[in-house]
Amino acid sequence: MRRFILPLVIFLVVAGFLFKGLNLDPREVPSPLVGKPAPQFSLPRLDNPETVFTPKEMLGKVWLFNVWASWCGACRDEHPLLVELAKTGFVPVYGMDYKDTREDAQQWLDQRGNPYVATAMDIDGQVGIDYGVYGVPETYVIDKKGTIAYKQIGPITEEVLRDKLIPLIKRLKAQ
Amino acid sequence: MKVYSILRLALACLLLHTTIVLAEEAQPLEANQAIEVQVQRLSEELRCLVCQNQTLADSHADLALDLKREIREMATKGMSDKEIVDYLVERYGDFVRYRPPLKSSTVLLWVGPFGLLLAGGVGLFLQLRRRQTMTTDAPLSAEEARKVSELLDKES
Repeated sequence: MRRFILPLVIFLVVAGFLFKGLNLDPREVPSPLVGKPAPQFSLPRLDNPETVFTPKEMLGKVWLFNVWASWCGACRDEHPLLVELAKTGFVPVYGMDYKDTREDAQQWLDQRGNPYVATAMDIDGQVGIDYGVYGVPETYVIDKKGTIAYKQIGPITEEVLRDKLIPLIKRLKAQ
Repeated sequence: MKVYSILRLALACLLLHTTIVLAEEAQPLEANQAIEVQVQRLSEELRCLVCQNQTLADSHADLALDLKREIREMATKGMSDKEIVDYLVERYGDFVRYRPPLKSSTVLLWVGPFGLLLAGGVGLFLQLRRRQTMTTDAPLSAEEARKVSELLDKES
């Protein structure tokens, strides 16, 4: 019997690792930007191309920065949640329209509701690179000092909103 | 029948011709060869985050094309390989590098395989040594020796 114990232990350890691996999402790459100041930019707004949006305006507030695009399928899934969240007034939601056109973006918001206080237009994706965007939608929680506190890769789900974002934002607001 | 095969041949020629024409329309290489070499070298070292198992060089994802353009711009400015890789790591993390740096979080990755090899080697060594002591030379008894030579004789 004893000769089977070692292989069994090795098997269980390997199986344990593999089982853990089943539940990991390889797309969730830890962002090096968490804990760092949100990169500065100045981009024209969707509602009025003459004016710009810059994260500096938001110093002193906790806010959500949601990167989206009208061509992005998963954005469609999370959009109703954002609209609802914006309605509560709990946290201001700002958007960045990533590699998109003005017409498509405006039409998309007209159809589905506009949760954003303002949307910055990152048409060539340059600011997206500064924020390490590689798969829209991505959402950043930015604190009062302008530091990125959290990055959500992929759509916000009800669970993420309830278990992660809302408690985190409450904590950041109290700071 | 014959008409069909001629038609088919003509069609094949036509298709072949189109591909040749397309090939001629490929973008010319950038003027500066050194920069192209640097861009190529770097994009083979860096991972496309959209398609994860491809290098930037292999990938045709939108982001990969953007990043290649970005790398080319930085290379044109005369930035070194290290500066360009650092720029991308700052934004996307160590995951963009196909060769992760040796850090406390990656020690297991770098040392693990050698550790396993060493453990396997030690295990094998111990096992073989134990087996050696287990099988002692057992001299044949007179009866056994007789049987053996009998069998050998029969064979020949």
